[in-house]
Amino acid sequence: MAASVSVSVVPAAEGLRAVYTSGKTRTYEWRVSQLNAMLKIATRHEKDFVVALNSDLGKHEHEAFIHEISAVTSACRMALKELHRWMKPEKVKTSMTTFPSSGELVPEPFGVVLVISTWNYPILLSLEPVIAAISAANAVVLKPSEVAPAASEAMAKLLGQYMDASAVKVIEGGVQETTALLEQKWDKIFYTGNNKVGRIVLASAAVHLTPVILELGGKCPVIVDSDINLTVAVKRLISGKWGCNSGQTCVSPDYVITTKPFASKLVDAISSELERFYGKDPVNATDLSRIINSRHFERLTKLLDEDKLFGKIVIGGQRDKTNLKIAPTVILDAPLDSLIMTEEIFGPLLPIITVNDIRDGIDLITSKEKPLAAYIFTNDKKLKEDFVQRVSAGGIAVNEVTIHLTDPALPFGGVGESGMGTYHGKYSFEAFSHKKPVLYRGFTGEISARYPPYTTRKLKFLKAAMSGNIIGIIRALLGW
Amino acid sequence: MEDFHGLIGLRRAFRAGKTRGIEWRMCQLRALLKLVSENEARFFEALEQDLGKHPVEAYRDEIGVLKKSADHALLNIKKWMAPKKGHLPLLLFPSRAEVLPEPLGTVLIFGSWNFPISLTLDPLVGAISAGNTVVVKPSELAPACSSLICQTIPLYLDREAIRVVEGGSDVADKLLQQQWDKIFFTGSPRVGRIIMTAAAKHLTPVTLELGGKCPVILDSFSESDLKVVVKRIVGGKWGPCAGQACIGIDYLLVQKKLASHLIESLKACIKKFYGDDVKSLQSICRIVNKNHFDRVCSLLEEPSVGASVIYGGSLDRENLMIEPTVLLDPPVDAPIMTDEIFGPLLPIITLDKIEDSIDFINARPKPLAIYAFTHNNKLKDQILQETSSGSVTFNDTMIQFICDSLPFGGVGQSGFGRYHGKYSFDTFSHEKAVLHRSFYLELEPRYPPWNDFKLEFIRLAYNFEYVGLLLLLLGLRRRYTSSRSH
Repeated sequence: MAASVSVSVVPAAEGLRAVYTSGKTRTYEWRVSQLNAMLKIATRHEKDFVVALNSDLGKHEHEAFIHEISAVTSACRMALKELHRWMKPEKVKTSMTTFPSSGELVPEPFGVVLVISTWNYPILLSLEPVIAAISAANAVVLKPSEVAPAASEAMAKLLGQYMDASAVKVIEGGVQETTALLEQKWDKIFYTGNNKVGRIVLASAAVHLTPVILELGGKCPVIVDSDINLTVAVKRLISGKWGCNSGQTCVSPDYVITTKPFASKLVDAISSELERFYGKDPVNATDLSRIINSRHFERLTKLLDEDKLFGKIVIGGQRDKTNLKIAPTVILDAPLDSLIMTEEIFGPLLPIITVNDIRDGIDLITSKEKPLAAYIFTNDKKLKEDFVQRVSAGGIAVNEVTIHLTDPALPFGGVGESGMGTYHGKYSFEAFSHKKPVLYRGFTGEISARYPPYTTRKLKFLKAAMSGNIIGIIRALLGW
Repeated sequence: MEDFHGLIGLRRAFRAGKTRGIEWRMCQLRALLKLVSENEARFFEALEQDLGKHPVEAYRDEIGVLKKSADHALLNIKKWMAPKKGHLPLLLFPSRAEVLPEPLGTVLIFGSWNFPISLTLDPLVGAISAGNTVVVKPSELAPACSSLICQTIPLYLDREAIRVVEGGSDVADKLLQQQWDKIFFTGSPRVGRIIMTAAAKHLTPVTLELGGKCPVILDSFSESDLKVVVKRIVGGKWGPCAGQACIGIDYLLVQKKLASHLIESLKACIKKFYGDDVKSLQSICRIVNKNHFDRVCSLLEEPSVGASVIYGGSLDRENLMIEPTVLLDPPVDAPIMTDEIFGPLLPIITLDKIEDSIDFINARPKPLAIYAFTHNNKLKDQILQETSSGSVTFNDTMIQFICDSLPFGGVGQSGFGRYHGKYSFDTFSHEKAVLHRSFYLELEPRYPPWNDFKLEFIRLAYNFEYVGLLLLLLGLRRRYTSSRSH
């Protein structure tokens, strides 16, 4: 079985390399044609994607559009608009030490790249890296997640139909196909997913010295201070947590930290806003995504059912195993060594941890692994400064959640356990480019001190020349 | 848990914020400069001992590089540390975005033996400027330099934040088992793989500065220009550590009809620079040790390769000296043309036309540098567009290494990641995206319960169609009706 998987993967990879080597993907025209083709897919087949996302995740059409499809079209449009500028060599001022000379950075593709995607935003997290790879002129294989099979099938069909199949391929499948793909030599690998598989990807890349981008996750904390506009904060918190795929999002708030006296106010506010958003029967609310599959459903209920959480569930807790739905659930003061506080939740459960002094919240966060995002709601300037300076995370948002990743001017990526590398906007183009430095020299200004036979005088000259010390250079030239 | 070489202390110092302030970083950079200038004679001595490196070469390629790098960092560190403002779309008004560089934490730097000072301490400049705590592991193959670095660093730099660990592969293995926030490695692809595999266990990002077969493409030149070209080629091949350099020239490509004149010019220049008796060569390093000496010699063993030697070839095993050697058209499948030479042997490959060099280079792994001597702009463009390498330098060799504004690093088998100048700072930093919003100007359409109005609003907003948005809000725009009943 494994042999037959390799058999289909190897020729696909080799075919792409031949096409890439022919130079086909390098032209502006090819890149534009592919970006336009992708744009057509996202606009003409929006309905197909919505249906697939509903099938895989129970994702509401609005979420499907806002979080996935519109982001794909935006990425295409931005690339089309900026491509000329991104492709142009960047002039670089060269230093005195190489005078006279001129320099530039010439962006070039890596070559044949592999994009491995995930299941929670299966369209976005597959197509946005592919758009990036194409705009940088790479040939690309996309391996969508088998855990979201309808989305995977839709993408395989549509990309097969619209894109240049000789240079852009979708290979569907599970662990076996992924393993076979990782055994091939790629010029870059872009992986979105969890840190366990991230390690496997990085180790496989090491064999071929392939550079990688790992977009992982983590426990994204939210500090909620007391002197704030609580209603607005809670609305933003809810939309970032449950409004984003029922919390199954790498940048979703994972847990909240607030002060002991403020906790009940916070819980009440969350409770009433939740009801305004999702009604009195949230387990059956159609605006909420379901849990992706029974394996994750079991994982989440195990977190909830741990003895340590007994009596601590203050909102929700209802579940519907048949329909794989869990109501928005809030847990107050789960012990720090409970499963829910040690693992990435990736679901609609929100622990609130209370501290005596809000500043202790920063210590708690920095004692854990670096997350993909960290959030704080506060009007306290000093606390905000402290938080921004001391908390290391992929990205930080103040008085907001998740929305920072919609800004194309900001790089999106992790640090430490939450990953390495960035993309979005121009960072996407750079993620898939090697910016090759080029130095132009002429034949004037020969410095004989570079060459043997070496003498003390040459040493003196070199010392002055390398430090840019004009007086020293003159003195050395005059033999002083 | 064993505290391997005080790693726990380094992590603690980092968490305590010791290395974050600009004062600490600048103080360490100044201390490093002091270390170098006060111990210059000792460094020259150590380099002479380890590699037979002449002080001029030692200054040009090691001490001078390090000084320049630390000076450049001191001059620019404030700018580098400043947050970069990002612009935000009107939709997110009022808000503020910035990218804030922060240190990665505790980092590990592996030095190399061929430029044991600069390749070990130049990355340290980057790590310090970026505010990290550091462990430096110099190469044991350059023991005098390793020892000197180990002795001097604790005397000048902050011991709580910067440490030197000496030793061989067993020490390196143990270091690799620890958890680091970044690993910076200079060396061979073989060891690069080992490093990256170990780093994968902890999801540690790495920079690998490897090597490759760096070719020179030589077009035709006037006699006067050729004089300069030949000096640059000879200086670029045997000047840096007798060819034991990652960006050193590995082999040369030239048109058949130009070969013999080139060879005569090369011979004359080599004699002038280095002399012609292997027992009394001047201004050139020796081979680092017997292992590498034997390795380089074995490249000449094959009879067809030996027969292609047209200059040099003399060996002095006792003193680890190999005469600058030139070969003409050795077989392209012999190890001398498939492995990185890393020694004082220069194969010349002749071609019918110089444009054929592009295919020749592309048939081989991507090198760290490509050197092309040509006035032909069309050829220059072809080289840039049709080949891939860490860098390209036109009409010179090696010198891109001391240009602080150009990134230095490889691609493909020559590595990934880059440094020098600001890129050193960046390579040891995490650029953290920060978005600041206030509580005003709430966008209701963000929130459920969903309806068609909200969807249309967001659709327009995402396309930045502000006029359409206005019309929608004024009720003057036809709404898109969704297929779902609500």
